[in-house]
Amino acid sequence: MTDYDAIVVGAGHNGLICAAYLAKAQHKVLVVDGRSVPGGCASTREFADGFSVSDCAQWLSQLDRNVMSDLKLADMGLSLSDAKATISLQADADHLILADGTASGAGVDDEDLAAYRGFRHMMTRFANVLKTLYQGRPPKLVEKNWTDRLTLLKLGLGLKMLGKNHMQDLMRLALINIYDVMNEHFKHPALKSAIAMDAVTGTNMGPRSPNTVYSYLHRITGEHLSGTGTTQVMGGMGVLGDALAESAKAAGAEIKLGVAVKSIEKTGDKVSGVELEDGSHITSKIVISSADPTTTFKTLLGYHQMEAGMAKRAELYRNRSGTAKIHLALRALPSFTGLTTKQLSQRLIIVPPMDEMEKALNPIKYREISDRHLFDISVPTIEDSSLAPEGQHVLTALVHYVPFDPKEGWDEARGPLLERLIGELEVYAPGLSSLLIASELVTPSDFEHSHKVTGGNWHHGELSIDQALMMRPFPGSTQYATAVDGLFLCGAGAHPGGGLLGLPGRNAAREIIKRGALA
Amino acid sequence: MSTVSRDTMMLTTPFHSRVEAMCDLNDWGNWMGYTTPNAYFDVELEYFAVRSTTGVFDLSPMNKYRISGPDASRYMDRLVTRDVSKIGIDRVGYAIWCNDAGQVLDDGTIFRFAENEFRLCSYQRADDWLAWNTLGFDVSVENVSESIAALAVQGPTSCTILTLLGCENLNQLKPFGMAHYTFEGHPLMVSRTGFTGDLGYEVWVPPETAEALWDRLFELGHEYLIKPFGSHALELARIEAGFLQAHVDFLPAEDVVRVGRTRSPFELGLGWLVHFSKPLFNGRSALLKEQEQGSRYRFALLDVAGNKPAEHSFIMKDGKVVGTVTSAAWCPTAKSNLAYAQIEMPHGAVGDELVAEIYYQRELHWTQLYAPCKVIDGPIFQPARRRQTPAPPQ
Amino acid sequence: MNQYDAIVIGAGHNGLTNGAYLAKAGLKVAVLERNPYIGGATVSRELHKGWYYSNCSYVSSLLRPEITRDLELPRHGLQVVPFGGGATFMRNGDHFGNYADHDRHYREIARHSKRDANAYDRYSADTSLQTKLIRPYLMRTPPDPTSLKPRDLRDLLEFAQSFMALGEEKLLDTIKFWTASVGDYLNEYFETDVIKAHMAGSGIIGTALGVYSPGTAYVLLHHYMGDVDGNVGAWGFARGGMGAIAEALSKAFMSFGGEIICDANVDKIIVKNGKAVGVALKDGTEYRAPIVVSNLDPKRTFLDITDPKDLPTDVVRKAENFKIRGSSGKLNIALDGLPVFNGLDPRNRLMAGDLHFSDSLERQERAYDDWKAGTWSKDPYLDMMIPSLTDPTMAPPGKHMMSVFVQYAPPKVEGKDWTDEDKDGFEKSVIDQISNYSPNFRDLILHCETRTPREIEAEVGLTEGNIFMGELTFDQLLFNRPFPGYAQYRSPIKGMYMCSSGTHPGGGVMAAPGANAAREILRDLKRPNTVPGGYADD
Repeated sequence: MTDYDAIVVGAGHNGLICAAYLAKAQHKVLVVDGRSVPGGCASTREFADGFSVSDCAQWLSQLDRNVMSDLKLADMGLSLSDAKATISLQADADHLILADGTASGAGVDDEDLAAYRGFRHMMTRFANVLKTLYQGRPPKLVEKNWTDRLTLLKLGLGLKMLGKNHMQDLMRLALINIYDVMNEHFKHPALKSAIAMDAVTGTNMGPRSPNTVYSYLHRITGEHLSGTGTTQVMGGMGVLGDALAESAKAAGAEIKLGVAVKSIEKTGDKVSGVELEDGSHITSKIVISSADPTTTFKTLLGYHQMEAGMAKRAELYRNRSGTAKIHLALRALPSFTGLTTKQLSQRLIIVPPMDEMEKALNPIKYREISDRHLFDISVPTIEDSSLAPEGQHVLTALVHYVPFDPKEGWDEARGPLLERLIGELEVYAPGLSSLLIASELVTPSDFEHSHKVTGGNWHHGELSIDQALMMRPFPGSTQYATAVDGLFLCGAGAHPGGGLLGLPGRNAAREIIKRGALA
Repeated sequence: MSTVSRDTMMLTTPFHSRVEAMCDLNDWGNWMGYTTPNAYFDVELEYFAVRSTTGVFDLSPMNKYRISGPDASRYMDRLVTRDVSKIGIDRVGYAIWCNDAGQVLDDGTIFRFAENEFRLCSYQRADDWLAWNTLGFDVSVENVSESIAALAVQGPTSCTILTLLGCENLNQLKPFGMAHYTFEGHPLMVSRTGFTGDLGYEVWVPPETAEALWDRLFELGHEYLIKPFGSHALELARIEAGFLQAHVDFLPAEDVVRVGRTRSPFELGLGWLVHFSKPLFNGRSALLKEQEQGSRYRFALLDVAGNKPAEHSFIMKDGKVVGTVTSAAWCPTAKSNLAYAQIEMPHGAVGDELVAEIYYQRELHWTQLYAPCKVIDGPIFQPARRRQTPAPPQ
Repeated sequence: MNQYDAIVIGAGHNGLTNGAYLAKAGLKVAVLERNPYIGGATVSRELHKGWYYSNCSYVSSLLRPEITRDLELPRHGLQVVPFGGGATFMRNGDHFGNYADHDRHYREIARHSKRDANAYDRYSADTSLQTKLIRPYLMRTPPDPTSLKPRDLRDLLEFAQSFMALGEEKLLDTIKFWTASVGDYLNEYFETDVIKAHMAGSGIIGTALGVYSPGTAYVLLHHYMGDVDGNVGAWGFARGGMGAIAEALSKAFMSFGGEIICDANVDKIIVKNGKAVGVALKDGTEYRAPIVVSNLDPKRTFLDITDPKDLPTDVVRKAENFKIRGSSGKLNIALDGLPVFNGLDPRNRLMAGDLHFSDSLERQERAYDDWKAGTWSKDPYLDMMIPSLTDPTMAPPGKHMMSVFVQYAPPKVEGKDWTDEDKDGFEKSVIDQISNYSPNFRDLILHCETRTPREIEAEVGLTEGNIFMGELTFDQLLFNRPFPGYAQYRSPIKGMYMCSSGTHPGGGVMAAPGANAAREILRDLKRPNTVPGGYADD
């Protein structure tokens, strides 16, 4: 008899979702996480006295609507803001506003608008096709089984339903770069780069990198599956983690926080449980890891417990990130030129024209600091005063591109970079630095340490076609099962990947149940 | 900084000066980029030296890897299909290793010097695979091919000659045992191993003593009719003795381009080297599956009627091609016509009667021959002295 | 008078091949050429007395052997001589030699890394597997996945089956390979920078992508899928320069009664009632034929010489969106003697191979960064050859001809047209690069022809100077080349066809597009096929 049917490693959103679904199916599940709070990258942290921030992901836009309803997250305390507009800040303060499927400001004319709507429409249709793939296990192509054949058939039908022209477009676009696609559809430079921003967020790629249309489609598909739009979680992202934990517990799952899994243990040729940092051993029929594939295979299981070819694949899995974050504690509401307070509460982005975006990427390939950055900014305290002392504010921003390990080392690079980033923001928000009470830069390598995501990559591995869909994380360990008997994956390193979709966790649970792995 | 002198020069082994002096036929081959003799003076006589006196073969081009470190033993166990814990210190084991798909990469011998120190000796190079295998292990893998010279000393009088060389009590050494001596102040290791199926040893020394070793061996062995032998004679001996050869009887899986041309241990008749009792080794899950679902091929030893070697022959059953021959030879000692063949399942079980389609040419005239053949169990040539301890005196 | 059965626009190798197969089928064919000489980008030109420059394409491997043999090109004077090998010179004074002989090659890699030397066999096997998958489709028309025609369905099924036969894991590896960057692909095999850099060159030549851009592993494959006398992946020189290929093709074409008309600059394809009926030259001359085949790249074909009114709007859009990226330039240099390179004996056979100076992926990627920024690479990747070490007809005895392919060169310099000063700067960066490794090189230069994308486009008519007439990325390969729905050599206008490298299977002097297009034309005309099928895979 094992202690549990399943142990889920990591109480990130996917781990909790997977556990909740398994518990709902009457399985005895334990979730273990070394952090003292649930949620993983969906977490809130007090970074300065009285100032809290969603310290990893800051927007929720892609959480699958089935997860929302199945796990009754609204009843568990999750409350979301209204959908946010995206405002791309312009130097001349005539900002570009993208909201409700339309664009305005920054001299956008009717032609741009028509192009924007046409483009959104096309992408939504493509997302509709991808949806089929995202909501279940990625199909195997050769192995003959009905589930996968059916998925492929549905996919084929979906492609046909697009009609010849759109199908041809999808065939062409799927692997190319967002740069060319933007130039094909738009003439407005700021519009191009605002969309391109969404194609490179969380990746190590620039707009000219092939596959960026796929990463854009990934995002659109997620938004399509969610339907909430870009929202802010009231109370901070940690509330999502708490809600998921509550839901899992309500379904009967146990959650053990504050003690990390030290290793995944095997008995004979099968995974049999875990050892915790405190030296205790817990047994289970299967172990499901929501940690990234590198952590799962290299650190927790250990390459020595796998066959060598699989260890090699795990080792070659790419998961460097070029995304950092800054957190600013401000004594008052900052003022951004040309923005009302209401607008300031929206999603603000600072993104140069596409060629400049590409230039901003170059240095990090050589472990150097870029002299220009892309920002995705949130001032959550406008809508949610719980995060800062009365009248004071928090500004958080995702920053691209920042090297994982600069040549000179972070000790030396950290200070100057933070100063540079605040300076770049100040161009749009004069006087920002005079409001500073505290500030911090969270580098990709900091994320690796604080959230145990290898390479600091939020997607748990570069979301490039060769690491996506039925290749995710790598051949031989797809469909949530791995090459190691009894070990499963349910994190963003599994299909369909990262972005707070919740689908890896949901799909994994359903697949595990379907396989009878817990019987 | 380097300069290239001549870009076509073949490498030579540490014994080359001596080998060259004895290579009357001037018939050279290329083994791993080394100039090696195909034959010294007469293939058949060289072969008979191995079977009735002593033959000496320069093994230096073999690939040798030193594997050491705290995890060396676990590393080896994950690498090869057999249970390495059963190989004692100062013992040698024949082993094969597979990729994750359970397809054979190569075979070779494992020499265990200490709990966590091994030498892997292989016909193919393995640097790449061995390096990938180090992931997750505290182990060091060092290519020591060029720092060890080796001779195979094989045949009924080999024990006597090596004893004269100073290898005391060598006759007590069991098959697959290792013994350590010194030769001219340098370490000399003898293992009772070989590729000929006869009583025989392999002698391992630092390259600087190679020429002296050769000279001394031939001096001491003169009265015991020691002779050098080349790769053609070895080929005869190894077929007769039942040994497979990479790139001849199977292709290392990672060198294969075409789908379906790789082979599993079971398909090479090496299932006895697969120890499922171990919880983990490369290829284990694929091989378990194969064991359940059945193999595609069977590796068969054929006794072919007549005296025409069935080289490259198709093997037929009821007029249908069911396999092909990988190695074939007329074996002079066993006086039989042997062939190894890959036979499609379910054919090729011991006792199965098949037909080999043989083509042979005499004076530019080709003859097609359908020779009946029978699948036999085990090599035909198995002299008692191969396994006797103490080794019989000659 | 000017009435033909078929007119082919452009006497490049594909136009001539296409014309030859149509003429062989009994059609009266004229090939029209804008320049006073034939060959397009497969030419040998005496631009300095006594020296012949293959001043565009410079090496041959991909020319389909089925065509060479079928059109009896050897009888028409073509001789392709393999050169074997090459080297990358390193900043530290060492080099990496790429030897054709396996053992010698092993030893050279082992000098840098034994592990890499051993991994090379695995790399060769895996890469060969990929070339074997694609080679059977070179001499075939790609099926249209959006079509429901029996022929397309059958071909698609066959195509899918050949991939399915790989089994799940190898199939996924294949998809990974087709979508990966050459840098990441090579990282799966090698640890040594210079070895990766040497191999990676084939992944970027002719393409506007960097070694870390996804999709470049396929470009590497494109350079490996040819052969010289069955040696897959081998490259050679056409004796007499690349013009010898055009010359032999033109002789084959004329032997079937074809006619070549030079100085014939086509202005427009004449379309009547939705059918192509001929072409009008810029000088007003008209040639009439019910079949008009364009050997111009897809952009020129649909945006320059076709009236947009005659085309569906989606085709105009697709042609506009077709990716042709100028990414390379060329220097052709007459030398007074043989240059000497640091660390390499000038008598070494490698001197006759392809020589390079980028010893790390980072240097190659930085060269690409320059291109993205709209300027030529300051530390350029060079594919340099001295064909006169193999072919005595290229230069006077003791003298040498050097061909230097340069990557990267942008189609426009920071958004503006190339100026002569830019061209000088570009030339200087290349000469400096070579001089860094060869002390006597600069003094040997007798004449230098420098071709930026501007010159290549103006003289040869390759848009942006792109050597493949369109990027070789998956969105423009197979049934996507030049664009989805039009990958079977037919244009939307009845009687009008495409046969350039902008169609499947792409550029690299293969002649397969020309031959494949001819087969489709003859099929439409219900004439017996004259085009040979591909050799069966071995």
